[in-house]
Amino acid sequence: MDASLPAHMRPERSFQGFILALQRFWAEQGCVILQPYDMEMGAGTFHPATTLRALGPKPWNAAYVQPSRRPKDGRYGENPNRMQHYYQFQVIMKPSPPNLQELYLRSLAAIGIDSAVHDIRFVEDDWESPTLGAWGLGWECWCDGMEVSQFTYFQQVAGVECAPVAGELTYGLERLAMYVQGVDRVYDLNFNGREGDAKVTYGDVFLQAEREYSKHNFEVADTAMLFEQFKMAEAACRKYLDAGWREGNRKEHLMALPAYDQCIKASHVFNLLDARGVISVTERQSYIFRVRELAKACGEAWIHTEAGGAA
Amino acid sequence: MPDLLLELFSEEIPARMQAKAADDLRRLVTDKLVAEGLVYEGAKAFATPRRLALTVHGIPARQPDLKTERRGPKVGGPDAAVQGFLKATGLKSLDEAKIQRDPKGDFYIALIEKAGRDAIDVLAEILPVIIRTFPWPKSMRWGARSGKPGSLSWVRPLHAITATFGLETEEPDVVKFSVDGIETGQTTYGHRFIAPAAISVRRFEDYEAKLKAAKVILDPQARKDIIFADAKELTFAQGFELVEDQALLDEVSGLVEWPVVMMGSFEPEYLAIPDEVIRATIRNNQKCFVVRDPKTGKLTNKFVLTANIEAADGGKVIVAGNERVIRPRLSDAKFFYETDLKTKLEDRLPKFEQIVFHEKLGTQAARIKRIERLAAEIAPLVGADVAKATRAAHLAKADLLTEVVGEFPEVQGLMGKYYALAQGEDASVAAACEEHYKPQGPADRVPTDPVSVAVALADKIDTLAGFWAIDEKPTGSKDPYALRRAALGVIRLIAENALRLSLTKVAASALVGLSVRAAEAQKLPSDLLAFFADRLKVQLREQGARHDLVDAVFALGGQDDLLMIVRRVEALGKFLESDDGKNLLAGIKRASNILGIEEKKDKRSFDGAPDAALYSLDEEKALAKAIGEVKAEASAAVAREDFAAAMSAMAKLRPPVDAFFEKVRVNDDDAKVRENRLKLLNEIRSATRAVADFSKIQD
Repeated sequence: MDASLPAHMRPERSFQGFILALQRFWAEQGCVILQPYDMEMGAGTFHPATTLRALGPKPWNAAYVQPSRRPKDGRYGENPNRMQHYYQFQVIMKPSPPNLQELYLRSLAAIGIDSAVHDIRFVEDDWESPTLGAWGLGWECWCDGMEVSQFTYFQQVAGVECAPVAGELTYGLERLAMYVQGVDRVYDLNFNGREGDAKVTYGDVFLQAEREYSKHNFEVADTAMLFEQFKMAEAACRKYLDAGWREGNRKEHLMALPAYDQCIKASHVFNLLDARGVISVTERQSYIFRVRELAKACGEAWIHTEAGGAA
Repeated sequence: MPDLLLELFSEEIPARMQAKAADDLRRLVTDKLVAEGLVYEGAKAFATPRRLALTVHGIPARQPDLKTERRGPKVGGPDAAVQGFLKATGLKSLDEAKIQRDPKGDFYIALIEKAGRDAIDVLAEILPVIIRTFPWPKSMRWGARSGKPGSLSWVRPLHAITATFGLETEEPDVVKFSVDGIETGQTTYGHRFIAPAAISVRRFEDYEAKLKAAKVILDPQARKDIIFADAKELTFAQGFELVEDQALLDEVSGLVEWPVVMMGSFEPEYLAIPDEVIRATIRNNQKCFVVRDPKTGKLTNKFVLTANIEAADGGKVIVAGNERVIRPRLSDAKFFYETDLKTKLEDRLPKFEQIVFHEKLGTQAARIKRIERLAAEIAPLVGADVAKATRAAHLAKADLLTEVVGEFPEVQGLMGKYYALAQGEDASVAAACEEHYKPQGPADRVPTDPVSVAVALADKIDTLAGFWAIDEKPTGSKDPYALRRAALGVIRLIAENALRLSLTKVAASALVGLSVRAAEAQKLPSDLLAFFADRLKVQLREQGARHDLVDAVFALGGQDDLLMIVRRVEALGKFLESDDGKNLLAGIKRASNILGIEEKKDKRSFDGAPDAALYSLDEEKALAKAIGEVKAEASAAVAREDFAAAMSAMAKLRPPVDAFFEKVRVNDDDAKVRENRLKLLNEIRSATRAVADFSKIQD
């Protein structure tokens, strides 16, 4: 930890200080620090900076915060740690550096988790995303018995073999910050690190949103519109993919990113429909399959783009 | 003789894979050594989360020289053959070959001597192949090299390989090879957090000792012993008792290199949750042991955790952290449990209408109805109250829809019992909610309460009949619906409770509730019966009994009362262990063999009663008389289900049978006498069929 930081910026005092410390740490490791992607998504992995950039031969090191929307996890703000909107901090390094575990442990030290007094463990966890057509091997990282991060060596993303393999780290920011700040309820997190009147809590920022979105996700979201949006996003994704092949031959693609946006959209719309309980068990599989097919087609297009290594 | 030390140092290996990986490493390396003519003295393999290690001691320094002879063409054979022979054997000319004479002529023989290689060179060749093809259940690629085809796959990134070979008294050599850019050496690393520095090692003894100094206990058994002993001591010191859990111990020992056992506690209010749920919560999610109060036999509000470090603060932060994680978990469990208690079990049942049990077998609701009907039918046969059995079958699956079972599937059934008791169900009904799943395997307890027995049988027989009806029978190693286990459960329920029921009838009744075509419904019960016979054979074989005896009993036909089958097999087994049994079996076999041959010769059978007037010898008469008596006595004994007495009766056949074969020539010149004697032999066979078909018994 940086001793020169003013108290309100320290990771154990402020949520934003916590995020800044992580960003600074990974910036020092040569990562580009991106900002959240401007679309709703269920996990930081959906960000094209991970999903698409994990593919192809070109090196890529990035870190960013991504708001994760999980409509089904909403609890109207009443559960101490479950929310339909929370933050993930995402790191991707391609190829995975040989000392990625060590870097991860140093990043924990940077946010105040000292491995001399905390019991840090790498516990088997095989990661798979059926909607993204992706899988990898790695661990959940435990700190004193609590899962604080996911650590994955991507083997396949969007149906494409990763060559070389990227290492991905995902930190559950609220959970980690709660641990470091020593609070049991997420809404009690000190957001800005100030005290007294100047203090802003996580609840001040997000509690109302949790209530409103829970109501929206579970009770009101317009399902007829959402079903239509799913179809539209799916069709648009296909259309952009088809239109993106330069001169119609399947050698170079010019629109993988706009097409992939539609895949992200379809995935989120599906999550909303799922939260509304209007998708049956059998239909669920078929929706997941449809999103996966989009993701795979986008992956295929991406590896024919410049950043995907085609040129 | 020199020893090998091999260590594969990697990122964290999943706990569940470590033991098998160590074993595979030992087996693969030693098998290959032996195949290369290097017979070693001993080998041992170890695993920690970060390393697989192998020591093989007493490997010869060199392979033995190999001398082989190779036969070539005939002397004077065609030139092409001679040239081929020289090329294949490496001989310069035929002068170097020997000539060997055999009945077919003179042949050239080449003596090929292959000098043995140094063991270290052989190792350098075989080890990289073993590493590259190591049978991990799941493996991965990583790093820059994964961009190229053919890069190494390992369970998690592999970082270093230590491989040394040498005598105890000398500085060992490194077995030089490289795998995917990793060069072998003598450098490994200590504990990730407490002693991460590089360590230079020579051979196994100093390797193990240096690791220990660097806070790594190499031997998984040693780690288990430490965790177990410390956990017991820690709990005992506070007047408590550790709840032992071998599977958890195995897992935890695979998560640490330096186990440090500590105790934490939780709020006593959570003890209102059933013990099994507390245990499932703490064990599954946190991999901690739970603690019992020996005074009450119930859990206490403590848990035992195993850390991987000796913390600078003595572990205060670690204990506090674990307590903070366990608290909300227990709070969730308590909430689930209390929520569950608010809904009656029967009120959950309508939901089963929407849950498909199997695509072709309808919903869970339909299945529950079938089990209810079957349980009611079975109840009187097993001494259970029909109303209670029906009620139990009605409720037994309801807990599948509770929150607690949703979270912890391993407490299914048990929660059903708790919830049934909580809503005031009869004790037998509640017990059946738990016990109808039993027995789960060969070691599991078999329920004895008649209500549990009725529902357990109904549940299993419905499953079997159902999957039989849709032709989803187990094949080879595939048994996705655990039908073999279900059949074994039925066998054990019947045998251990000494139940009398006709399996064919029960199976036929189970099929009534399923939509099966009439033609199939006819033959399914007997098909199913054959499956039971098969399972019974496996079961008896595992108990050390002879499976051919099962065949001998089933061959009688019409046998579908498992208890009687088991009893017959038991009596038969005992009988065949006696001298009378063995000799009688020999006699019966001899009779059968003679009959078989003559029947074939004459193309007819020798059924029908022999004619007493045609007996000419005393031995014939004595045998005929004995058969008559034994037949009556054995049949009477079988009718009383006294199989031991039936066997004793059989024993009386032995002297006359022996005497008959000694004195009587079956194939008499007089055709009529011959036929009559063959008929008498046939009578022996048919008399013994009162207890078993002896022809199915192997010698």
